[in-house]
Amino acid sequence: MTGRVAGKVAFITGAARGQGRSHAVRLAEEGADIIAVDALKDIDTVTYPMASDEDMAETIRLVEATGRRIHSSHADVRDFESLRIALDAGVEQLGHVDIVSANAGILSFGSAEELSEETWAQMIDINLSGVWRTAKAAIPHLIRQGTGGSIILTASVAGLRSYAGVGHYVAAKHGVVGLMKTLAQELAEHHVRVNTVNPTQVDTPMVQHDDMYKLFSPDVENPTKDDFARASGETILYPVPWVESIDVSNAVLFLASEESRYITGVALPIDGGALIK
Amino acid sequence: MTGRMQGKVVFVTGAARGQGRSHAVRLAEEGADIIAIDLCEDTPDVPYPLATKADLDETVDQVEALGRRIVARVADVRDFDAIASALKDGVDELDRLDAVVANVGINSPAPAHEITEEQWHTVIDIDLGGTWRTAKAAIPYLIDQGTGGSIVLTSSAAGLKGYANIAHYTAAKHAINGLMKTMAQELAEHHVRVNTVNPTQVDTPMIMNDPMYALFCPEAEHPTREDFAPVSLAMNALPIPWVESRDVSNSVLFLLSDESRYITGVALPVDAGVLIK
Repeated sequence: MTGRVAGKVAFITGAARGQGRSHAVRLAEEGADIIAVDALKDIDTVTYPMASDEDMAETIRLVEATGRRIHSSHADVRDFESLRIALDAGVEQLGHVDIVSANAGILSFGSAEELSEETWAQMIDINLSGVWRTAKAAIPHLIRQGTGGSIILTASVAGLRSYAGVGHYVAAKHGVVGLMKTLAQELAEHHVRVNTVNPTQVDTPMVQHDDMYKLFSPDVENPTKDDFARASGETILYPVPWVESIDVSNAVLFLASEESRYITGVALPIDGGALIK
Repeated sequence: MTGRMQGKVVFVTGAARGQGRSHAVRLAEEGADIIAIDLCEDTPDVPYPLATKADLDETVDQVEALGRRIVARVADVRDFDAIASALKDGVDELDRLDAVVANVGINSPAPAHEITEEQWHTVIDIDLGGTWRTAKAAIPYLIDQGTGGSIVLTSSAAGLKGYANIAHYTAAKHAINGLMKTMAQELAEHHVRVNTVNPTQVDTPMIMNDPMYALFCPEAEHPTREDFAPVSLAMNALPIPWVESRDVSNSVLFLLSDESRYITGVALPVDAGVLIK
């Protein structure tokens, strides 16, 4: 076995579809076994459907097709105990955990003055506190094992700059970047590295839906994917409308592998230059 | 062979030893052919020996031992025509150019008020001007070829934070980050990406020399590498004194490969957490 993460085990939240599935498959291609969790239920302040059991079944199929093992569970990042139980069961089956991808995230909408308490609270609870709970569940394993590790938190370009109409999302993602820096400080002595990936718009179900199209094309009556491609592309320096999940996965793979063994505390944009446009 | 740089030609400056040699060899391992330049002589106002022609010959041997081709020339990055001539020789022989590593750098420690005009000029002219001239020589090839490209500029953690007693170096490395962002804007439409790597102390002759030991260990009378190690370690978050050239090379490889196809305008620290400590 000669993959870039051969022999490692990766814990991935939000693994049933989108970026999470892509991370699971890319890491498995390079030799990692996977502990996958996803909430697999809709959320009332989110207007697009969450991943389903069928989605998770497809992730399992794709990982197993690479010849790697996968342990999957229902777990909600709002519930620490569900994460802890899922991870402990995965470690029980697969032997250890070396890589953490705190990837679960949602998107909802509203200007700061319009946001309801519930919309605000669910966003912070999933996109920020859920990332903390994921790390909290994994850190004892990483320290106890004593073999180091790599934690990759999924932030966003919105963790490094603002966007109107999603203040709660921007706040949560900025919070993830700050959390990453503190975790990097706390865990350095254990040779555990902590970094974020900061993607621009990614072609996933969290992004490709009508409410997102409306956010990007407020002056168009019923904006389509083509309208979104134009408007999204205008926010990105590089001549692409968005990036693909595989692009984020390749960055996760780099940060998970020994190739980045001394990179910690870094926010890595995968953004086509959106931040410097 | 299915290397991550298969079929690409990379121009590497400062390739005779240190990080530059490591980049040439690492990229060749992944299938790249190399165009290499180095000054190969000492220069006034640099208080430690620079690389030699024998060092450059060793880089040639190591790349060729991997079964890859290399065109190596002695050239000074203070002389645009010398860079352009060497690059033309390389492209004539290797047929194309896909990527650039503007790696040349020197340092000459002194407090800001004791830096001479000559020292200031030498550091700015080599570290900053040389980086710009390297890109300037390469960009026409990348644009004319029309197949995109990736440019990595070697900045430093000193491109993102201040360090006492190397004001010229810190200014030059900060400026490289600015240059990177502007070139990323200018070249995006040509599918040419531009990023920096920002290392902490690397175990190379630019760092491992008596004037640098004296900079880091002002209390010691004749400080050595052994005196320098704990001081350097105390600066990093991860419990290591310095990183290896290979670590920077792995980041360069990531940024030059298609795995980072939509990453542009990014400063990537390879810094053991020095920036977040």
